[in-house]
Amino acid sequence: MDKEQDIILNEITGNEYKYGFVTDIETESIPKGLSEDVVRLISEKKGEPAFMLEYRLKAYRKWLTLTMPTWAHLKIPEINYQDIIFYSVPKQGAKYQSMDEVDPILKETFNKLGIPLEEQLHLAGVAVDAVMDSVSVKTTFKETLAELGIIFCSMNEAIKEHPNLLQKYLGSVVPYGDNFFAALNAAVFSDGSFVYIPKGVRCPMELSTYFRINAANTGQFERTLIIADEESYVSYLEGCTAPMRDENQLHAAVVEIVVMENAEVKYSTVQNWYPGDKNGKGGIFNFVTKRGICKGDNAKLSWTQVETGSAITWKYPSCILKGNNSAAEFYSVAVTNNYQQADTGTKMIHLGKNTKSRIVSKGISAGKSNNSYRGLVKISKKAENARNYSQCDSLLLGDQCGSHTFPYIDVQNTKAVVEHEATTSKIGEDQIFYCNQRGISTEDAVGLIVNGYVKEVLNKLPMEFAVEAQKLLQISLEGSVG
Amino acid sequence: MLQIKNLHASINSKEILKGLSLEINEGEVHAIMGPNGSGKSTLAAVLAGREIFEVTQGEVIYYGKNLFEMKPEDRARAGIFLGFQYPIEIPGVSMVNFMRAAVNEQRKYKGLTPLSSSDFLKLMREKKELVEIDSKLTNRSVNEGFSGGEKKKNEIFQMAMLEPKLAILDETDSGLDIDALRIVANGVNKLKRKDNASIVITHYQRLLDYIVPDFVHVLYKGRIVKSAGKELAFELEEKGYDWIKKEIGEE
Ligand SMILES: Nc1ncnc2c1ncn2[C@@H]1O[C@H](COP(=O)(O)OP(=O)(O)OP(=O)(O)O)[C@@H](O)[C@H]1O
Ligand SMILES: [Mg+2]
Repeated sequence: MDKEQDIILNEITGNEYKYGFVTDIETESIPKGLSEDVVRLISEKKGEPAFMLEYRLKAYRKWLTLTMPTWAHLKIPEINYQDIIFYSVPKQGAKYQSMDEVDPILKETFNKLGIPLEEQLHLAGVAVDAVMDSVSVKTTFKETLAELGIIFCSMNEAIKEHPNLLQKYLGSVVPYGDNFFAALNAAVFSDGSFVYIPKGVRCPMELSTYFRINAANTGQFERTLIIADEESYVSYLEGCTAPMRDENQLHAAVVEIVVMENAEVKYSTVQNWYPGDKNGKGGIFNFVTKRGICKGDNAKLSWTQVETGSAITWKYPSCILKGNNSAAEFYSVAVTNNYQQADTGTKMIHLGKNTKSRIVSKGISAGKSNNSYRGLVKISKKAENARNYSQCDSLLLGDQCGSHTFPYIDVQNTKAVVEHEATTSKIGEDQIFYCNQRGISTEDAVGLIVNGYVKEVLNKLPMEFAVEAQKLLQISLEGSVG
Repeated sequence: MLQIKNLHASINSKEILKGLSLEINEGEVHAIMGPNGSGKSTLAAVLAGREIFEVTQGEVIYYGKNLFEMKPEDRARAGIFLGFQYPIEIPGVSMVNFMRAAVNEQRKYKGLTPLSSSDFLKLMREKKELVEIDSKLTNRSVNEGFSGGEKKKNEIFQMAMLEPKLAILDETDSGLDIDALRIVANGVNKLKRKDNASIVITHYQRLLDYIVPDFVHVLYKGRIVKSAGKELAFELEEKGYDWIKKEIGEE
């Protein structure tokens, strides 16, 4: 813990977005715009079976009837969907037999991102599926995992090699018609990650995916599906970055998680898409639908997210607690600075008996940014003895930023216990001065206080991720006080 | 080490310090006494670099340098320590992390490498013993939920950790029980060296039984109106401030 603190304090480099480089590799793209033909083209390029094309077309037709949601506390500029490229692939293709075949420039990119694809990872016990411009580049450790019957591969591969699982579960948690962005994703997603943990298996390593948008004018629409069969366990990490560009780029992902009886899934995200510059120019529009279902009894799902990036974040990782005694958690840190906007939170839908959920949300707003927590706790009639505890804290840096809390509670069972606590605090000038007087600079003081504030959430992250997240927080908030 | 010359400082254009002069040399202990609101804490805050106070006139030289050209954190790193009259709570920040940052910043300023974890923890242990502070306190967040007396003790603990050149203790004695007062005073005495100095702000002669000052100054309406040896403290304890007000031609 303390050692990490040291690392953080020593690693302040400047408030530049350090992942903002562009990789110069050839890509194969299709022309801008979206139509039924484009959907067909994507499916064809990926060599998909007929059921997928059908699914995509249904989604596309549904999408045409939907409109962008406007209920969030966000100012979203108009998005011209005919001006976006919906398919872009690093040219060398997505199939590699060994590391040597991977384009060196691409390898370099992943090295810059701090993702060593090779042996170091083995030591760290992480299996990585790296997705660049929505195409899975290389999945490591597939063989090790395969011995246990674990499937960890790109979505594209899963569609071809595990069509039965796909047909059964794709869209089972987030249906293609769920919302505008989910429909768009279902129609055009180009790749993503697929995980299946068989009955009774504890996945021996953290599974991890890094997403990277590289090409200009491209949208990224990846899709993740995780299935944890009975009595199984998996911890899954997701990270993401993008180059700095003056124009906004769209990211509309879907994550679906199915947790069977007595199984447990932990899903952690460190979201660091390019947030735009100091004046609010550029940045990623991040519209993501993430939902899991605790399908069997005693199932457990835990979402942990650290959101520091994106110009706009619209994201509500949710859980349907269907199995009796199932439990879900949502731990979130959302940071906004400069002109960033975030509307994020969760939905906990209690259907089963004795279901429990816990929400811990920590918002940090600085600059001229806007940060909203939006959460729904729903206890249905049959959810006897359901419990929820929610804690929503906001920390303000400066007085030009906004922070809002929108908790919705819908309780239909009288035996349910729902607790909600909320606090708002500000980093006081006297606290900063106290730190200064002990030799700690204002920037480091903010770092110390912020890290203390988010500790409860960061403690939920796997070690290496927690260190990364702490660094990101400090970098995102640099120059925001004093 | 420190020369204060004709210092004027104000807050919201209200002048609080009105031409204060004071010289402090290594090895000396100065007590500053004076009625409520006379500007004692203001002096301490101005020396530490609190920006809400505006220095309008005068100068302060610290080891040959213009103090007002140094940032508050640099003053601290260069050895100025303020024991706050009202220590601040910082929820969520552990004492360990806080002190480690403080100690290592000071070391960096001096061109030293950061302390290793084990050396740092050893230092913590040593100093905890010196000021007889309970580990229960140093394992918590900075001052969070500490009692008034515990906060004061914690200031002395921090002082022990940082070994300042110039310690300014603003009413560190108020709020302490009799045992704690003795412990704190002993701690201060143990930290005393030939090459450091302290300014002890207090209302009570009692503290000065333990920390024997070389000089006692009376601060009144933003100026030092009387300076003498430690006997002045007894006189003030006995007679209050009226006679001084008369001496300077008031009332
Ligand atoms: N933030 C502030 N805003 C307005 N006035 C202030 C502020 N801080 C101090 N003052 C005023 O400055 C004057 C001196 O205050 P200061 O705290 O220095 O007195 P003191 O000598 O330390 O008193 P005490 O013995 O009560 O601690 C007082 O009149 C006080 O009200
Ligand atoms: Mg005072």
